[in-house]
Amino acid sequence: MHQLWTWVFEPGFFSSAPVRVAAVTGGVAAVVSAVTGVFTVMRGQSFGGHALGDVSAAGGSGALLAGLSPLLGFVGLGIVGAGVMDMIGVRRVRGRDLATGIVLGAAIGLSALFLYLTSVSGATTGAPAQILFGSIFTITSATIPAVVILSGIAVACIVAVWRPLLLDTVSPDLAAARGVPVRLVGLLYMLALAVSVGLSSLAVGAILSTALLIGPAATALRLTRTAGRAVAAACLLGVGATWLGILLAYDSYYWGAAHQGLPVSFFIVAVIFASYLLSGFPSERATGGRRDTASPASPAHEHIAA
Amino acid sequence: MFAGFMMNTWAVATIVAPVAGIVGFFVVLRGSAFPAHAIPKGAFAGAAGASLLGISTLAGLAAFSLVGALGIGALGRRGRSDVATALALVMMLALGAAFLSRTTEYEPEIYSLLFGEVLGVSSTELLPVAALGVVCIAAVAVLYRPLMLTSVVPEIAEAKGIRARRMEICFLIVVALATAMTVPVVGALLIFSLMIGPPAAARSLTSRPGLAMLLSVVIALVTVWAAIAASYTYNWPVGFFVGTLAALSYGLGRGWASWRRTKVTPSAAPRLLAAADRT
Repeated sequence: MHQLWTWVFEPGFFSSAPVRVAAVTGGVAAVVSAVTGVFTVMRGQSFGGHALGDVSAAGGSGALLAGLSPLLGFVGLGIVGAGVMDMIGVRRVRGRDLATGIVLGAAIGLSALFLYLTSVSGATTGAPAQILFGSIFTITSATIPAVVILSGIAVACIVAVWRPLLLDTVSPDLAAARGVPVRLVGLLYMLALAVSVGLSSLAVGAILSTALLIGPAATALRLTRTAGRAVAAACLLGVGATWLGILLAYDSYYWGAAHQGLPVSFFIVAVIFASYLLSGFPSERATGGRRDTASPASPAHEHIAA
Repeated sequence: MFAGFMMNTWAVATIVAPVAGIVGFFVVLRGSAFPAHAIPKGAFAGAAGASLLGISTLAGLAAFSLVGALGIGALGRRGRSDVATALALVMMLALGAAFLSRTTEYEPEIYSLLFGEVLGVSSTELLPVAALGVVCIAAVAVLYRPLMLTSVVPEIAEAKGIRARRMEICFLIVVALATAMTVPVVGALLIFSLMIGPPAAARSLTSRPGLAMLLSVVIALVTVWAAIAASYTYNWPVGFFVGTLAALSYGLGRGWASWRRTKVTPSAAPRLLAAADRT
């Protein structure tokens, strides 16, 4: 029995400080990402959610260059980017994705410049890989309070505009007809998304930021019927995937003779990806194997379900 | 800047830009901005893996960009296409992170694969890049009619028996090929800027597809040449100039389009309405 326990939880797992910090930071990131992620998937803003991760990373490398706090860079440029996307984007999905792409391209260009200037000034090496992939095990416990507070603000924003946002998401015309301030609600959502993605990019890296935002939410939307239940399910899935990923990463150091292990992000993404694939089977059976046959490229078909 | 070693860079750029402009025209038309970003980015993970195994990075790029294209197509079958793109992307990036964790050797190469490298093009790369470019343009030429039909009037295309799903996968594969060949100069992260900015600007200037494609190629060429020249002069990364110039051309295009809209005349109204509908 004890052998089984240590086979699953390799020695030192529960007492390891980095593991604890990772579990808390990852867990918080997963919850915030789940809340904003459900709306992101419903609104078809997956590109925007991903793009803001890269925009935040540009802010991070800029902050690195200027010697400012990375948190400021990530969240700050994320908010600016979200504002610009909202401003120049148009209502139709294609125009909006185009605007997102342009902002993203400019931000990546900035990233390239900042990283180059950093390497020239002789500062840190390994910066590109760090910024792009991030590492959940290098967060210090000092950043946890700021992360938690900002996360709370992002979640509070979404909860505050829950009903109008949901109405605008499901039926924008009806929302406008009912007098919902759709521009304002949309902007608030984008800002909450920016903060959420900025935080998660900083905390768990760019890959996980997108994975935690989209994966659990999309899976949950396939399995549940209402937005509220989807958020709850996405939280559970996200936190579960994160903790399982951390465990697997920790254990992986003991696998094989090389004792190298694999990165946490890999395991978390693998778990999320697998759960999304698995969630496809029940809904496949329920609809008799025939999904909406509309082409994904056609603009007229923007279905809500994932 | 036209010294011997730079001629390769100019040559590659002149091959890359038209392909980006032509494929990009359809990227913008079909609203495939996300896959155009995701496929190169995921392909980068393949390049990392290829480096690890000692195979050519171009092969790794091509393989992973194809995997990405097919993955996005397959996942998009049962769910939303943007969710499919996001998940396929992060899975490939996660694999890339796993590959990279195995070794700490080639960081400069990572940088140039991601952001582009003015001086990084060798003569041996020219031929494969040109060959892939020809294949891409040939593919677009062959697929032109069904591609246009499914992009612009999907119901009519269905009625004609053209399967939208199949065209989408074909198109994604073309994007994958274009990706694999354009990364040497522009880098994985910024190739999509070339596939979005110039074509979007071109479409703001004209609604006729043939002319728009031509303009798209011209603007892409100017963008890449200017970016290389600027990068050579100021020593800043080529990618930065590409991203900025692409955004600039997009902005100018939209500015022009909205200025034109304020000068509506009775005869121009239908065409302008059609153009406005398209944005």
